[in-house]
Amino acid sequence: MLETSNNWLAACRVEDAVKNGGVCVKSGEDQIALFYFTRRNEWYATQNECPHRKQMALSRGIIGTTTDEPKVACPFHKKNFSLKTGECLTGDECAIKTYPVKIENGTVYIGTQPK
Amino acid sequence: MREIQIIVIGNGMVGYKFCEKLRSKSDKFNLIVFGEEPRRAYDRVHLSEYFNGKTADDLSLSTTDWYKEHNITLYLNRPITSISREEKLVFDAEGHSYRFDYLVFATGSAAFVPNIPGIEKEGVFVYRTIEDLDLISEYAKRATTASVIGGGLLGLEAAKAIIDLGIEQTSIIEFAPRLMPRQIDAAGSDMLKAKLAELGLQIYLNKNTTAIEGNTGITGLKFSDDSNLSTDMLVISAGIKPRDELAKACGIEVGPRGGIIVNEKMQTNDPAVFAIGECALYDGMIYGLIAPGYEMAEILASNLCEGNKEFHGFDMSTKLKLIGIDVASFGDHFIDEPDCRTIIFENKHKGTYKRINISNDGKYLLGGILVGDATAYNLLLQTANNKIVLPADPEELILGSRGADQESSSAGITGLPDTALICSCEGVSKGDICNSIGDGTCENIDDVKTCTKAGTGCGGCIPMIKDLVNYTLKAQGKYIKNVICEHFNYSRQELYDLIHIHNLKSYDEVLDTLGKDDGCEVCKPLVSSLLASLWNEMILKKGNDAAQDSNDRFLANIQKGGSYSVVPRVPGGEITPEKLIVIGEVAKKYNLYTKITGGQRIDMFGAHLNDLPIIWEELIAAGFESGHAYGKGLRTVKSCVGSTWCRFGLHDSVSFAIKIEERYRGIRAPHKFKSAVSGCIRECAEAQSKDFGIIATEKGWNLYVCGNGGSKPQHALLLAMDLDSATCIKYIDRFLMFYIRTADPLTRTATWLNKMEGGIDYLRNVIINDSLGMAGQWEMELESLVKSYKCEWKEAVENPAIRKRFSHFVNAPEEKDPTIEFVDMRGQKRTAEWKSV
Ligand code: SRM
Ligand SMILES: Cc1cc2nc3c(=O)[nH]c(=O)nc-3n(C[C@H](O)[C@H](O)[C@H](O)COP(=O)(O)OP(=O)(O)OC[C@H]3O[C@@H](n4cnc5c(N)ncnc54)[C@H](O)[C@@H]3O)c2cc1C
Ligand code: SF4
Ligand code: FES
Repeated sequence: MLETSNNWLAACRVEDAVKNGGVCVKSGEDQIALFYFTRRNEWYATQNECPHRKQMALSRGIIGTTTDEPKVACPFHKKNFSLKTGECLTGDECAIKTYPVKIENGTVYIGTQPK
Repeated sequence: MREIQIIVIGNGMVGYKFCEKLRSKSDKFNLIVFGEEPRRAYDRVHLSEYFNGKTADDLSLSTTDWYKEHNITLYLNRPITSISREEKLVFDAEGHSYRFDYLVFATGSAAFVPNIPGIEKEGVFVYRTIEDLDLISEYAKRATTASVIGGGLLGLEAAKAIIDLGIEQTSIIEFAPRLMPRQIDAAGSDMLKAKLAELGLQIYLNKNTTAIEGNTGITGLKFSDDSNLSTDMLVISAGIKPRDELAKACGIEVGPRGGIIVNEKMQTNDPAVFAIGECALYDGMIYGLIAPGYEMAEILASNLCEGNKEFHGFDMSTKLKLIGIDVASFGDHFIDEPDCRTIIFENKHKGTYKRINISNDGKYLLGGILVGDATAYNLLLQTANNKIVLPADPEELILGSRGADQESSSAGITGLPDTALICSCEGVSKGDICNSIGDGTCENIDDVKTCTKAGTGCGGCIPMIKDLVNYTLKAQGKYIKNVICEHFNYSRQELYDLIHIHNLKSYDEVLDTLGKDDGCEVCKPLVSSLLASLWNEMILKKGNDAAQDSNDRFLANIQKGGSYSVVPRVPGGEITPEKLIVIGEVAKKYNLYTKITGGQRIDMFGAHLNDLPIIWEELIAAGFESGHAYGKGLRTVKSCVGSTWCRFGLHDSVSFAIKIEERYRGIRAPHKFKSAVSGCIRECAEAQSKDFGIIATEKGWNLYVCGNGGSKPQHALLLAMDLDSATCIKYIDRFLMFYIRTADPLTRTATWLNKMEGGIDYLRNVIINDSLGMAGQWEMELESLVKSYKCEWKEAVENPAIRKRFSHFVNAPEEKDPTIEFVDMRGQKRTAEWKSV
């Protein structure tokens, strides 16, 4: 794999991630939500803070799809965000940041520069 | 031949409706629209929803391309500033001119701003446009107190919106001696005032504001009685002022108190110039509501297309759309005796006031006022408007039928004539709606909204449309299916049976076998709940943790800020001193806020996710178990002290409550359910407000079912009398299984019964006479749930794989979430407010 200029943070082992759900990763002062969408064999990372009421909660949200768009629903008031683009799919909450994820030798890495 | 050109000034609700109506009838006119606001016409009626998450786009009445597709030229941000009627030209601010053959004023109105000294100060707002709301919410961030001048329909709505913005200290100032002076009478106003006070609103009546104080920004109000009120911001909602300035300047006749004078064809004194909506004055009256505005748009559009319609005034019945408080008035609501007879029903305890005015011969309903409970509004309005002859006891209309024989609201609908106007905003009749379903065009309420437009105005008629849809579908013998979401094409009830038959045990198996794609936040918790109801296995096992609702996933309620609450079960509310001490010690050790709950037990708030397992370990060691305060299952069984101590007690209600609580604990259902046992008819345990409640009698127990506290309280109904303990439990078993199997998702037992055809009599027949022949199976199923009960917190702390999930950071499991903040209050902690967004 081609190394980009991104800083890759070794977040956890694949088996530490929650299948079809999220975990929260500490990245310096920041919190990143890491999602292992096992059904689709996809990994996503977004900011952990929900922009609606600024709750550190997205990693604890339920993930799923609407018409094939992978998304996470915030556990607080069920605002939905696209895992791909970070765009809010319900109402006008601002978009969330998304980060690149890669897997090497069973370790999950998150690029700490947002996409 | 040259095309006839129509110019519309104003792209508000009525201006837009006019374009829509005109285009649906003809495309022969050239149509040009000028709007002063920066955006396309939007739903002003639902403006307040802008504060609840709706965007300007959501509120917009049309799509971006709509005007283009309909060949309409729309200029936004371009007010018309003058008109030459002789040359038939209008001019914009830059001096461009546009020719018209017909000119339509749809300029609406502006907020009326009284001339109070200091009104120009910063922090004084009106409540009319999206821009106004942007300004208000921006300013509100710096404010802790707010006031609204005007206690009418709009003022109350604005005040509620400001409270929702987080300003808890909000006051309403009204000049008149009562609230909503145009809609309700003094007694209704008193009741409303009490209700608003519960929301936290301060109400000042008979107050005449004489000055707005402060240097550059407002700091307070001064009144004519020399009193003061300090406030950080002010919203003026003192009425409306028709935008007639442009018409007046070009010599169109306007009324003495404003408004462009029109005849029944919406025509002004210049036959080529028209006015519709809130700027039009018909027969001395401005109609400040959307329905008459739409009617005017229809009349004008129709007449321009060679129709022949006339406006003859309009019904001004209204319903306030404040969340949580019902207020409505309809028909002739202020008419008094001796011109009519009034029936008044007032219940201070429940906060309801209802008044109906009936004709002196007792035959017809003329009008009325409803405060606190307006469920009957639509039906009463229909009864008055359609001159339906009243029943012998018209008081039943406002008292509602009581007792066992509850008639469902759809019963009234069948009695309406086909011509009954259901949606007055869009002028859609019962016949229109039923036909759209009858001929197969529409299958559900969304279809009906799209093709008849009913329900797309103020939305007040939606409950009635729902009933009509269901009623018509049923009449056709069609089965109404509530599918769960895009991933499962089944109702909850069907899915329950299918999961059972296929013996499925995890969400993924269910999705693979019965669903499609990847699931979502709707079907995941629902399926998880079904699995729990069916098999009663530890809910976090089999990879099912991420398919649980957040509270179930961490076996605790998530709180504002991200901490959790801990609620151990205290069966029947009975607790030993030793256990009380343990709760105290644990709460102290982990710095938890403690409170006695409304369910006779103790809640400890403010636990970090990381601390949950260790807290529970200590509680379990002392003999506690999960209280399932987070789950859709049995919450509490409250008890009164009963015959062991009370001088009136007939049986040992505490022991029976503990028995009941221990029997049904841990069982998952479509929604939470609660119970209580009282030792005598004085009912200190409030059993009649529970999903099932038990009251001791001389001979045994009376069993009540389907009560509800909460947002829409409802008394439980008597299912059976004088039961012995074993029979009582048997009936509860059957009742619970029937509920678990057949209720819609997130439906409490009360709502479930309300929707059940045949009501309590049917339910009694199923439970007691076993009319479905299911009783034996249900009893067995329930018994197996009881047998498989385990405390899920015990399992969680003992299972390392599950326990590991209770940490905030996957890469720093020892560290707690550093963003959680608490502040001090009365010697305990509480969670910090939402951070401003
Ligand atoms: C803690 C408590 C308030 C208190 O300090 O006393 C409480 C707290 C909450 N209630 Fe309640 N209710 C509490 C007793 C009640 C009662 C009184 C009772 O049970 O006797 C009622 C009315 C009775 C009833 O349910 O019919 C009640 C009616 C509700 C409702 C409205 C239900 C309805 O059908 O209208 C909700 C909302 C819901 O469930 O959808 C609700 C929801 C909630 C939630 C779960 C809201 C939420 O999602 O965060 C609160 C969780 C707090 C927490 O994190 O622990 N709570 N709630 C009480 C806990 C009782 C217990 O020991 O478990
Ligand atoms: C907060 C709120 C809640 C309401 N709730 C209800 C309710 O529950 N039920 C109900 O029936 N009604 C309600 N109403 C009233 C309802 O919104 C109005 O009756 C309706 O909007 C009137 O429509 P209109 O087109 O006549 O006026 P408007 O919607 O005000 O549109 C007039 C438009 O013309 C523009 N304009 C004015 N002058 C010019 C000019 N010279 N050149 C170009 N453009 C110009 C204005 O900027 C405006 O955009 C509510 C109103 C508000 C503000
Ligand atoms: S309900 Fe009856 S037995 Fe129970 S405390 Fe009240 S009076 Fe006593
Ligand atoms: S905090 Fe996320 S939806 Fe409200």
